[in-house]
This record gives sequence, structure tokens and C-alpha cells, in this order.
Amino acid sequence: MQISHFSALALFSLFASTVFGITMRDTPKKMLRYGIYCFALFVGSGIVVSWLMYFIAH
Amino acid sequence: MASPQTTSNAVPKSSANQGFVYLPLIAGWLVPGAGHFLLGKWGRGALLAASVVGMFVIGLAMQGQLFSNVHDILDLLGFVGDLGNGLLFLVGRVAGLGADQVQITSQDWGTRFIEVAGLLNVIAAVDAHNIRTGRKAA
Repeated sequence: MQISHFSALALFSLFASTVFGITMRDTPKKMLRYGIYCFALFVGSGIVVSWLMYFIAH
Repeated sequence: MASPQTTSNAVPKSSANQGFVYLPLIAGWLVPGAGHFLLGKWGRGALLAASVVGMFVIGLAMQGQLFSNVHDILDLLGFVGDLGNGLLFLVGRVAGLGADQVQITSQDWGTRFIEVAGLLNVIAAVDAHNIRTGRKAA
């Protein structure tokens, strides 16, 4: 199976955020909010670091 | 004379809180989500199992590597991460799944997926243990 870097990043973020949300918070509402927060941080930081590497390479 | 006091934060006795205290931890490590299933947390267990198993299977589908021979410290760390998958790792090794060598980028991604699935599974198993001991609110 060949997927793009961004797809791999999104899948990785989705699975990791799900586990982080469930294990790091006590109530379902807090779990959902923390999971979304982690997902946004994973994907956002991935995009930021990707652009940084792009400008370093060029 | 004052009567003997009992601790107010004692774990309530229920059917889920009886038996071997480390059972959810061990079961959760061997089978993703099983620790939460034992405690009656079906929704959480299903989501954790889907996440860990999904990540492991996608890692294999990307032809990631299952570590068996440890040559250096990075291989050792990868092997420890793989071990976190419990029976998934053992079944994968016995069935001969996974690539022998990483040659393309998606294989490297797959290898990382398998390792991180194991680490996430350990976190999930410890969470089940914390619920079992009352350290985390059920």
C-alpha cells in the first residue's frame, strides 16, 4: 500500500489522538475535546515543519 | 471511644473490581482493548482496539518491518515498541508478516506505524490498570 505523506500523517494523527483522548481525560466530553486538540496539533505541527524544511532546502 | 475509621477513597467493590489486579493491564497488553473490555468499558475498548489494530494493520500493509534481530540501539528501541503490540506482534512474527528490509519511504512510515501502535497499546493497557485500581475515575 502506497499513500502520500499527508495521508500517512493524517492517519497517524487520527489514531494517536484517539488513544491520547481516551487515556488522558476522564469524561467523554473532555476526551473528545482533547482528542481534537491533539489531532489539530499533530497535523498543524506537521504542516509547519514541512514548510520549514521546504524553505531550508530551497 | 472513637470507632475505627475507614479510608474514604477506597475503590468500591464491584464485579469488575474483583480478582487479579493486574489482569486488565496484562490482557490489555496482549489483546488491544481487552483491558477496558474486562472493566465493562466497551466503547473505550472498541475505540482503542480499532486505533491500535488499525495502525498495526496499516503499518503491515505499507510493508513496514517487524523487528526480530537487534543490531544497534535504534533496532532495540524499535523492537521494544513492536513488543507493545502483544499478541499482534507474536502472530505477525510467526506468520512471517512484515518486510525484511526497509527500502522505500512508505516502508519507513509502516515501520513507525507498527512501533507507535505498540506504544499506544501500552498506554491503553496502563489506562485500564489505572481504572482498575481506582487511580483514574471510571
